[in-house]
Amino acid sequence: MAEEQEDILEQVTTSEYKYGFVTAIEADEAPKGLTEDTVRFISAKKNEPEWLLEYRLKSYRQWLKMEEPQWPNVTYPKIDFQDIIYYSAPKQKISPKSLDEIDPELRKTFEKLGISLDEQKRISGVAVDAVMDSISVATTFKEELSKVGVIFCSMSEAVQEHPELVKKYLGSVVPATDNYFSALNAAVFSDGSFCYIPKGVRCPMELSTYFRINAANTGQFERTLIVAEEGSYVSYLEGCTAPQRDENQLHAAVVELVAMEKAEIKYSTVQNWYPGDKEGKGGIYNFVTKRGICAGDHAKISWTQVETGSSVTWKYPSVILKGDYSIGEFYSVAVTNNFQQADTGTKMVHLGKNTRSRIVSKGISAGKSQNSYRGLVSVSKNADNARNFSQCDSMLLGDKCGAHTFPYIEVKNNSAVVEHEATTSKIGEDQIFYCNQRGMDTETAVALIINGFAKEVMNQLPMEFAVEAQKLLAISLEGSVG
Amino acid sequence: MEITSLNKAFEQKRSGSATLGTFEEQNWSSFDQWGLPALKHEEWKYTRIRTLFKEGMLVDGAVSSLSEETIHQHFLPGELAANAVVFVNGIYQSALSHYTAGTDQLIVKSLETAAGDEDADFVKKHLGHSQQYHKDGINALNGAFAAGGVFIRAKKGKQVVDPVVIYHFSDSTTGFRFSQPRILVHAEAASELQILETYIRIGSEESLTNEVIEICAETDAHVHYVKLQNEGTGASHTGTTHIRQLGRCTTHAVTITLSGMLVRNNLNMIMEAANSESHMYGLYLLNGKTLADNHTIVDNQMPNCLSNELYKGIMDEESTGVFNGKIFVRQDAQKTNAYQSNKNILIGNQSSANTKPQLEIFADDVKCSHGCTVGKLDENALFYLKARGIPDDKAKALLLHAFAVDVLDQIKSDAIRAYADQLISERLSYSE
Repeated sequence: MAEEQEDILEQVTTSEYKYGFVTAIEADEAPKGLTEDTVRFISAKKNEPEWLLEYRLKSYRQWLKMEEPQWPNVTYPKIDFQDIIYYSAPKQKISPKSLDEIDPELRKTFEKLGISLDEQKRISGVAVDAVMDSISVATTFKEELSKVGVIFCSMSEAVQEHPELVKKYLGSVVPATDNYFSALNAAVFSDGSFCYIPKGVRCPMELSTYFRINAANTGQFERTLIVAEEGSYVSYLEGCTAPQRDENQLHAAVVELVAMEKAEIKYSTVQNWYPGDKEGKGGIYNFVTKRGICAGDHAKISWTQVETGSSVTWKYPSVILKGDYSIGEFYSVAVTNNFQQADTGTKMVHLGKNTRSRIVSKGISAGKSQNSYRGLVSVSKNADNARNFSQCDSMLLGDKCGAHTFPYIEVKNNSAVVEHEATTSKIGEDQIFYCNQRGMDTETAVALIINGFAKEVMNQLPMEFAVEAQKLLAISLEGSVG
Repeated sequence: MEITSLNKAFEQKRSGSATLGTFEEQNWSSFDQWGLPALKHEEWKYTRIRTLFKEGMLVDGAVSSLSEETIHQHFLPGELAANAVVFVNGIYQSALSHYTAGTDQLIVKSLETAAGDEDADFVKKHLGHSQQYHKDGINALNGAFAAGGVFIRAKKGKQVVDPVVIYHFSDSTTGFRFSQPRILVHAEAASELQILETYIRIGSEESLTNEVIEICAETDAHVHYVKLQNEGTGASHTGTTHIRQLGRCTTHAVTITLSGMLVRNNLNMIMEAANSESHMYGLYLLNGKTLADNHTIVDNQMPNCLSNELYKGIMDEESTGVFNGKIFVRQDAQKTNAYQSNKNILIGNQSSANTKPQLEIFADDVKCSHGCTVGKLDENALFYLKARGIPDDKAKALLLHAFAVDVLDQIKSDAIRAYADQLISERLSYSE
């Protein structure tokens, strides 16, 4: 049986990345490298107002002073920031009015990914803001959303049409000075999604963005900003797949969420950037800063993520619980295979009274990968009756991978109750034997157990995503997961 | 960082032993290179150690004014007085020490002597192993003054019945005292040894003790180690207890911290042999502005080992408890069972707890878990007791005592446990 398991693991490690293809579209690029001129070039290209250029330049100068973080439990060759193209937009003469006007090549790419725009529009009722490289190429369902007052558009559009909102909230949750990669992002961010839910509105549909990295050597610097006004609700989906590449690519996005009083934001991610081949060559560097703030009382922010891709992941979706009675949640499944490295987790910062947070993290490591959970639960002096529960479980498939946990817990209030528990194990031979006895082959058994292991998190995903997430799990651990 | 008295002390003393002399030189240059750890150092994130080092502090080598009488006054009663190893200001004092265990069971001698007789090879090979896990100036600084240390050996197949009690006296009557005791313990095959370390500060000035104790246990040895810290509010402590399992054996460590200004304990269990067992227990019962920082490392290197760890903390007033527990499971350490738990109760309005249980696992066939909690006293339990006529403070003391007993029970020696329990009971029956 052990042999059989090894076979399965072998299959897992040898499975190819299915979404690796390049769309041949002419791209409008900035010259390689990063200088103040590059920042000015991007800003000018996007016809941005003066204050935004200032913001970018300030961030750029800040970035120059900062150092790349060394503390994450990952190793990768040093990034040459001068060898990256910071702006690349698919060339299109006029902005499309309907889906029919979109470059057919581009649409084929999305169809291969199973997210054809028209299909999405007709059948699923999901509005898709598809991001191809750095420019938003189509925004659907915008009209329907605007009827209830929801603004859902690309960041560059928001800068033009709603400058007051962007100016107010951009950088309010993740300041440019926050860390090395957020500073870089603030200087050169190309596009992203902007979403504004007015007071008392329950967003009538799930919002989603598909990120793609397309042109070679293009770092992608997304900027997402979601603002939920008092009493509103929004569920936002983000999914990524990237084509196969040999050179490492950098992805340094920033996501900011602002939830006002009694507002709720649910942010779900399925991340499947190219993880590199089985020798560990290539793959995406995913250095993302995601943070939300429960600015008002009774606000709620929930992060759900399924991480299967990227060669190196460095990502800590966080919640600042500022309002009293606010709630933060974090559900994560991180799968690493071959030479992938993931250092991911969350930060829950309790500032308000009676705040609650919940963390459920499941790590699955296979091949020669390293999977780390790194989290912070901080309860400040005034956060009376704060409550936290954290659980992080790791599963090891194979004897050459590693699972690590680094939970930081800092409590400064004596009425807080904080709990953390973690386990590490492998799939028990008895569990597999039990399934075999009942007529299941080992492959199905492993699939069943892995699915069960990740179920608590999968259940948190919206319907539309749960299916895709399961597909991605299957691809990442092909042979062992059905 | 330049401290004249430190430099001067190092310049003045020269160990006669070639082994120790080289060892000290190497450590001194490491200290020079690394310096004292700052808060930026991940391992010292919550503990500000640099400010403790002051110009004009009294570094060891200075003559102690403590009389034999004073020393003997502080000896613990009964069987705890049987084997007494005395350090004054970080220097081993053979004249003040005494042993009831015969030399067929127990050998105690200065490190300098050991480096030149039949134990020379052992000293050369094993002294300073802890530095592999602590690449910081604190450990190196102790190494630079190692010659004043002691060497303890429990002989093969022998049981040392009474605990070996190591008394660390700091004479701070004339100024800020800085002591650096160094201890190397060799528990030979199938020996059994109990060690208690305790710290006594004499004088009204502040003090800092920077200790390193390295214990090597061979096949079938049983080592029970207890560290009891109740030195008073003016005393700071940075100590490393480094326990190596050279052969299949069982080692046991209990760390109890009751008072101090800044207390940092490193406890390492290096499990180098298959089928071994290690246990680590800790209790920190803090008040005032005490900061107690416990860093533990369990390094599982070989298969079929078991390690168990439980640390409990009670923080009153403005005290801070820090726990950082690392468990490494190396690739060869299949079938490891490693458990860790850290529980904290915050009582004081200004108290805080920082805890970080850390698992690093490179083998797949293992069962590892860790858990930690920070909370307050159970309201229901408190109400239950009060409903039965027990006053509030007594009810609290009762519950806290019950909380602490889990750790106390792990002390194997009845005499040590009774002594520790007495200290804790005195502390808990507080009147407000």
